[in-house]
Amino acid sequence: MNLDLLFQYIAAGLTYGFIYAIVAIGFNIIYNTTGIINFAQGEFVMLGSMIAISLHPFMPLFPAIVLAVVITMLIGAIMEIAFFRWIESPTILRMIIITIGLSILIREAALAIWGENVRALPYFTGNEVTSVSILGARVSPQVLWVVGVCSVTVLALQAFFKFTRYGWQMRACAVNRDAARLCGIKAKNMVTLSFMLSAGIGALAGCVVSPITYSQYNMGVPLAIKGFTVAILGGLGNYLAAVAGGIVLGIIESFSVWVLPSAYKDSIAIGILLIILFFRPGGLFGSKEELALKEF
Amino acid sequence: MRRSYIHILLYLALIVGVDLLTHALGKSYYLTQLTMSFYYSMVVLGLVLLMGYAGQISLGHAGFFAIGGYSTAVLSTINLMPYKEKPIIRLLESMGFLLMREDLYGARILSFNPWIGVITAVVLAGVVAYLIGIPVLKLKGHYLAMATLGFGIIVYRVVLGTPVFGEADGISDVPGFQIFPGLSINGEMDTKRMNYYIASAIVLVLLYLLMNLINSRVGRALRAIHGSEDAAEAVGIDTAGYKLRVFVLSAVIAAFAGALLTHFNGGIGPGESSVMKSVRYVAIVAAGGMASLWGGLATSMVLNFLSLRGYFGSYDDAVFGAVLILIMLFAPEGIIKIGRRQ
Repeated sequence: MNLDLLFQYIAAGLTYGFIYAIVAIGFNIIYNTTGIINFAQGEFVMLGSMIAISLHPFMPLFPAIVLAVVITMLIGAIMEIAFFRWIESPTILRMIIITIGLSILIREAALAIWGENVRALPYFTGNEVTSVSILGARVSPQVLWVVGVCSVTVLALQAFFKFTRYGWQMRACAVNRDAARLCGIKAKNMVTLSFMLSAGIGALAGCVVSPITYSQYNMGVPLAIKGFTVAILGGLGNYLAAVAGGIVLGIIESFSVWVLPSAYKDSIAIGILLIILFFRPGGLFGSKEELALKEF
Repeated sequence: MRRSYIHILLYLALIVGVDLLTHALGKSYYLTQLTMSFYYSMVVLGLVLLMGYAGQISLGHAGFFAIGGYSTAVLSTINLMPYKEKPIIRLLESMGFLLMREDLYGARILSFNPWIGVITAVVLAGVVAYLIGIPVLKLKGHYLAMATLGFGIIVYRVVLGTPVFGEADGISDVPGFQIFPGLSINGEMDTKRMNYYIASAIVLVLLYLLMNLINSRVGRALRAIHGSEDAAEAVGIDTAGYKLRVFVLSAVIAAFAGALLTHFNGGIGPGESSVMKSVRYVAIVAAGGMASLWGGLATSMVLNFLSLRGYFGSYDDAVFGAVLILIMLFAPEGIIKIGRRQ
C-alpha cells in the first residue's frame, strides 16, 4: 500500500469522524443536563442541512447556513418546551419512547416537505474536482472545512462551558440538578438551552458535511447510531473523548472497505457499539465507578 | 379467573361476529388483513410480556420476526432436486422432512416440509435470542434500547445484503403450510375464512398461555423485577434468569408469528425487519397499556388493520410516531385498560 492512499483513507475517515464526534457531543450535552439520550439527535443534522439547502437559492451560502442553524436551534427549543419541560418525574423508558417518536415525526415531516430527493449544498470553496495537496495526498478543501469547523465548534463549546456563566450553570446542572436548583439556577431553562446547543451544533455539522455526503430526509438514523457509538466509546458525557472516539470510528470505517463489502460498512459501527456495550459500558476512557453512579 | 373466561367468550363472539358481518356486507376481503393483523398481534403479545411485565424495552423484535419468516421461507423454497440422489437427501425424504411440489411452470421442486421450516424458525430465533440476551439484558435503559436497536439493524442489513435472502426483493413463492390434511395456512382465495379462524385460534391459545404465565409465580417475579430489580434480587428472585427466559420467549413468539405470516403471505421482504417495524410493535404495546395483553391485542388489531388497509396513506409511519408520542405524553398507562389487574 502506498503512503498517499493511506493518507487519503485517513482524510476520509477524519471527515466522517468529526461529524460523528459532533453528533456524539450533541448526545452528551443533552445527556449531561437531563440524563436522557435524545434518539432524535441525528434529525438535527438532517434538518440543519436540508434547511440550509432550501434557503440557499435566496441568499448567499454563509447567511443561509447561519439562518439554518438558528432555525434548527429554535426547533430544538420548541421540542424541549413542548414535549419534555412539563413532564413530572419521567421514567427513562417513557423518555426514550418520546424521543424515538419525535425522530420518526421529524423524519416523516422532512419526507413530506423535501421528498426523497438527495440534495447537497455547494462546495464552500471550489467544486467537486478542486483539491489541495497535503503531504502528497489530494484532499478536497471541503474536508478541511469539516475538520476546521468541527474543531472550532469543539473548542468554542469547551470555552463556553469553562468561561461563561451559562456554561457554569449547565455544568452545575450536569453534576447535580437538585443542588443547582438550590443555588438559584433555573435548571429547566438550562435543559432548553442544552437542546438548543445540541440542535445548533448538529445543524452546523450537517451543513459543512452536506457537499461531501449529501443530504436526504432519512440520513438521521445512521448518524444517530454512529454518534451514540462514539459517545459510548468515549464514555457518555465526556466531550473530548467523543472527539477521539469519533476519529477512531471514522478511520476504522474508512479502512474497513478493504476487508468488507461497503454494503456492510454501517454494520461496523453497530458491531463496535455492541462490543463496547457488552464489555466496557463505561467507555474506553471511562471508569466503572463513575458508571455505577449514573442513572440510565 | 372468571373474568378472563368472559373475555375469552367475548373474543370468540367478536371473531365470529366480524366474520359474519364482513360476509354479510360482502367485504370478506377484510379477512385477509385481519388474518395478517392477528399474526402481527402475536409479536405484540410477546412484547407485552417483555416490556409491560418484565420492564425491558426491545427495539429489535422485528429482527426476530424476520429470522422466523426468512428461515421458513428459505427452507421451504430451496430446491433440492439437483441433489436428489445424495444419500442425505434420500434419508431426509424417507423421514418425511422433504416435500415435492410443482412451481408455476410445472417444474418439480423438492424442498423442506414447512413443518421443518417453522420448527427451525422457532428454534433458531430461540437460540439467537438466548445468545444475544445474555449480554444484552445486563444493560439497562438507553443502553438496552440501543443494543436491541443495533441487533435489529444488523438483521436488516444482513437480509438486505445477502443473496440467499433475496436482498431487496425478499423471498416469494413460499408454499402454504399444511398443519394437517385439510387445514393449511396459505393465501389462497378459498381458504380465506379458514385462515382467519386459524389465526384467531392461534392468538387465542397464545393469549391463554400467556395469561396463565402472568398469573403464576413467573408473572409475579416479572412484576417484581419491573418494580425494582434490586428488590427482586434481594427477595431471592433470579432476575437475570427470568429476564432472559422472557426475552427468549418473546423472541420465539415473534419468530413463530413471522414464519406463519410468511406462509400466509407466500413471501417475505426485508421491510419486515426494518427498525420502523420494531418501533411500531413498541408503539402498539405502549398504546395498549404496556402490561395489558387484551389492551395490546385490541390496539394491535385496530392499528394494524387500518395500516394494512392503507387508511394512513403515506403517513403510515408518522401515525405510529404520533401514537407513540401522544400516548407517552398524556397516557403513559395506555388508553385501553380492559382486563388489567392491579
